[in-house]
Amino acid sequence: MKHITRKATRHISQNEGLIFEKSSPGKAAWKLPPLDVPDVDTRQLLGASERKDLGNVPEVSEIEIIRHFTRLSTWNYAIDLGMYPLGSCTMKYNPRVNEVVSRFEGLANGHPYQPERISQGALRILKTLSECLIEITGMDAITLQPAAGAQGELTGLLMVRAHHQSKGHPRKRILIPDSAHGTNPATAATVGYAVENLKSNSAGMVDVAALAVQMNEEVAALMLTNPNTLGVFEQEIHKIADIMHAKGGLLYMDGANMNALVGKVRPGDFGVDLMHLNLHKTFSTPHGGGGPGSGPVAVKKFLEPFLPKPVVITKPDGSLGFEYDRPQSVGRVRAFYGNFGMFVRALAYIFANGPDGLRQTTEDAVLNANYIRKGLEGSYDLPYPTPSMHEVVFSDKLQAKNGVRTMDIAKRLIDYGFHPYTTAFPLIVPGALMIEPTESEPKEEMDLFIEAMRSIAEEVEEDPQLVLTAPHNTRVSRLDEVMAARKPILRWKPQ
Amino acid sequence: MRYLPKSPADREAILKAIGARSIDDLFAPIPAEYRLNRDLNIPRQMSESEIVDWFRDRSRENGDSYTSFLGAGAYLHYRPVIIDSLISRGEFLTAYTPYQAEVSQGTLQSIFEFQTMICELTGMEVANASMYDGSTATTEAVMMAVRLTGRHSALIAGSVHPEYREVLSTYARHQGIALTEVGFLETGRIDLRKLEQSVAPETACVLLQSPNFFGTIEDVEAVADIAHKNGAMLVISIAEAVSLGIVEPPHQADIVAMEGQSFGVPPSFGGPYCGVIATREQYVRQMPGRLVGQTTDRNGKRGFVLTLATREQHIRREKATSNICTNQALIALMVNIFMTVYGKVGLRELAKQNLAKTAYAVRQFSKHAEVLFSGAPRFNEFVVQTSEDPYAINSRILGHKIVGGLPLKKFYPELGNAALWCCTEMTRRSAIDTAVGLVAESQRAVKSASEADVEEVAR
Repeated sequence: MKHITRKATRHISQNEGLIFEKSSPGKAAWKLPPLDVPDVDTRQLLGASERKDLGNVPEVSEIEIIRHFTRLSTWNYAIDLGMYPLGSCTMKYNPRVNEVVSRFEGLANGHPYQPERISQGALRILKTLSECLIEITGMDAITLQPAAGAQGELTGLLMVRAHHQSKGHPRKRILIPDSAHGTNPATAATVGYAVENLKSNSAGMVDVAALAVQMNEEVAALMLTNPNTLGVFEQEIHKIADIMHAKGGLLYMDGANMNALVGKVRPGDFGVDLMHLNLHKTFSTPHGGGGPGSGPVAVKKFLEPFLPKPVVITKPDGSLGFEYDRPQSVGRVRAFYGNFGMFVRALAYIFANGPDGLRQTTEDAVLNANYIRKGLEGSYDLPYPTPSMHEVVFSDKLQAKNGVRTMDIAKRLIDYGFHPYTTAFPLIVPGALMIEPTESEPKEEMDLFIEAMRSIAEEVEEDPQLVLTAPHNTRVSRLDEVMAARKPILRWKPQ
Repeated sequence: MRYLPKSPADREAILKAIGARSIDDLFAPIPAEYRLNRDLNIPRQMSESEIVDWFRDRSRENGDSYTSFLGAGAYLHYRPVIIDSLISRGEFLTAYTPYQAEVSQGTLQSIFEFQTMICELTGMEVANASMYDGSTATTEAVMMAVRLTGRHSALIAGSVHPEYREVLSTYARHQGIALTEVGFLETGRIDLRKLEQSVAPETACVLLQSPNFFGTIEDVEAVADIAHKNGAMLVISIAEAVSLGIVEPPHQADIVAMEGQSFGVPPSFGGPYCGVIATREQYVRQMPGRLVGQTTDRNGKRGFVLTLATREQHIRREKATSNICTNQALIALMVNIFMTVYGKVGLRELAKQNLAKTAYAVRQFSKHAEVLFSGAPRFNEFVVQTSEDPYAINSRILGHKIVGGLPLKKFYPELGNAALWCCTEMTRRSAIDTAVGLVAESQRAVKSASEADVEEVAR
């Protein structure tokens, strides 16, 4: 390698096959206690329903399982190893105290149907988190039920629909900016709405004049991410809200980028009618390799009757309980009450921060994104010079001249010891490099990142082939995704 | 703030590098009238020890140390300790969706193993990388059947988990999917005659849960025959995964929607859990959610990637098979480790213990009260009908630090004073005996009270 990376060094990585390849009959990692009731004749109890064979489920010992998954784990990059600047994913530190408190016996083993009398602890957590999130968003009511951001969107649009229906007409369309996340249009379709695209202006913001033309009595709502996926705050947000409200439409905010706003500004104060939050982004619950998430939806007072049921209430005797009698509710979006374990973690995060900590967190997140921006300006093309909040989007325009695209740069970044940024999104920037450092990065880590990115920009000029064939230091080189899709192998089969 | 890695000097240096005078400069794009010029009204910053204390207190207020007979879609099974040892590794816990395959092989290979094991257990050919939970997996499975058949109604067994049915009806409402319920017989199984009468050329699928909400194992084959004869699909929902250790998997199904919570996931007051959809290979392109596939790298080395993404929202936007993005990867890893720990033999033995405990409890309860739906095999749940309101009985049982079965009045008023009880391998015989004793006491009290009434009338 011509450029020496200061971030990472190669080291030994253990090989490991599939668990099925280690199986052999008679090995076991389990032991049940002796039965304290009479044994049963399974054939007599189950008859034809008795299972004869469990196929290729493996048989292995405990040490093999520990080694298997530990070895696999070392093949992953993670926040715990370093900067993970996926834009709009908010890969921040996941505090370990959250993991400890969520495993306390009464919380981890709490059954969703246990009597309310012995559920006051869980109910208190639901209520306290609800109050905190309502205050943080500047809204009036909330549901914690949605299991992830996309389900939050779905819940939100169901409420939008119910609201319009209550006025006599559910309306037909949802406006969605061209910079939006793919879940927005997919969700609108699920709720039976047509999607109408809204073009961004040259500053990367909603074109307010175009919005005014497109808005009419058939538009149910605008789904707006703010700051948007360019990391740009919609400065004319009050005009946007006014245009929507003047014709009876609602302003839905996708809260994916709430990490730019907490403690500094509240969506409820700038005209948002309803919004979802991603507890796994803004509120530090672990991403876990792709979930679980949690997508609470906060709403203004007039939408409260439509919240999914049940809702938490305080009873006359001061105890907490669930209320199911909600005639205008959109119904249930998930069994039970949502991803409770994530509520515990998010609340622990809020407690650890307090009002001052949350504000400082937001300030640091914005500070970091602007530091990265400053460090990479000149080396990479900045398609929208509009001020950045918590993330910054570059394009591969300068590198494309040498045939190197955003994905190639991303792969090369892996060799330098970093997880790549988000590639090729938002769609309005051809060849996008979407970078969100979050508040969790120290200055030293960002300096290394900037150094790595600049070094790659130089490599593109001097030896583009080096970048095009990256990564060079990983267990596997670039994988054949075309073959994977053309001839899908989606499970292991015995030879 | 202890999670923030910058000194005041670092912040000054960064501001200077950026060319900003103060942090407020960076927030200038936000119109001044909307900026919050006060502290948020939330609890003050707490130390770690205070946070631990606060949540420990909540845990103590939450049924800590009670023995429970609740099931109904959330089951208390033993969780081998290595599940938490392994999922607590930061490389699993703090990674995201494996978009960059070269640095995500750990997550990808473990999901590939998960998909394989779910296929083995359900008798299906392909499984996805997980859904939110059983209720949404079941809902998405019905929507998938609608897309595959081009038909727009579904027949739903009344013995499917009531909250799963509620979620399905929320989703179906705006997609023009008509849902019709088919009742159950005295055996607890679906009414096949009614089903036969209800199935129509417009029926996209029959949705059946097995073991169903009452714990009854359905005659999947008979239901499949009726569905398939009429060109409809069979969607099987499984809420109690441990049953698969000893109950024949639904080979005849077209789509299986499963809740994996029983496999090493704590009940956690209702979530997070792990749904999953499994189906036949030919239907994979209409499947929602993420899929991991095997491929090779440039040197021919085996590796794994996210695949068939053209079904998904980030590519297809409003034409995607589902709006799902984030799934339940970490919970799927728990499920995967659990299946690996118990393995081929252990899963069967574990299921058998559940069966034995339940058979014992059913025998004991039958001596004093009526156990409904005894005409068909069951797994680890059963319905007990009493003379007294089960809420009243439960509140006495609660005094013995035991949580009784789930009263069914809310969901099935027609069953009267019925409650759904569950035994797992964790249920001790002594707890069963205590609960049975208290139910028997209630039955005797009601009986003697009514005898007293009779005497009074006779006098």
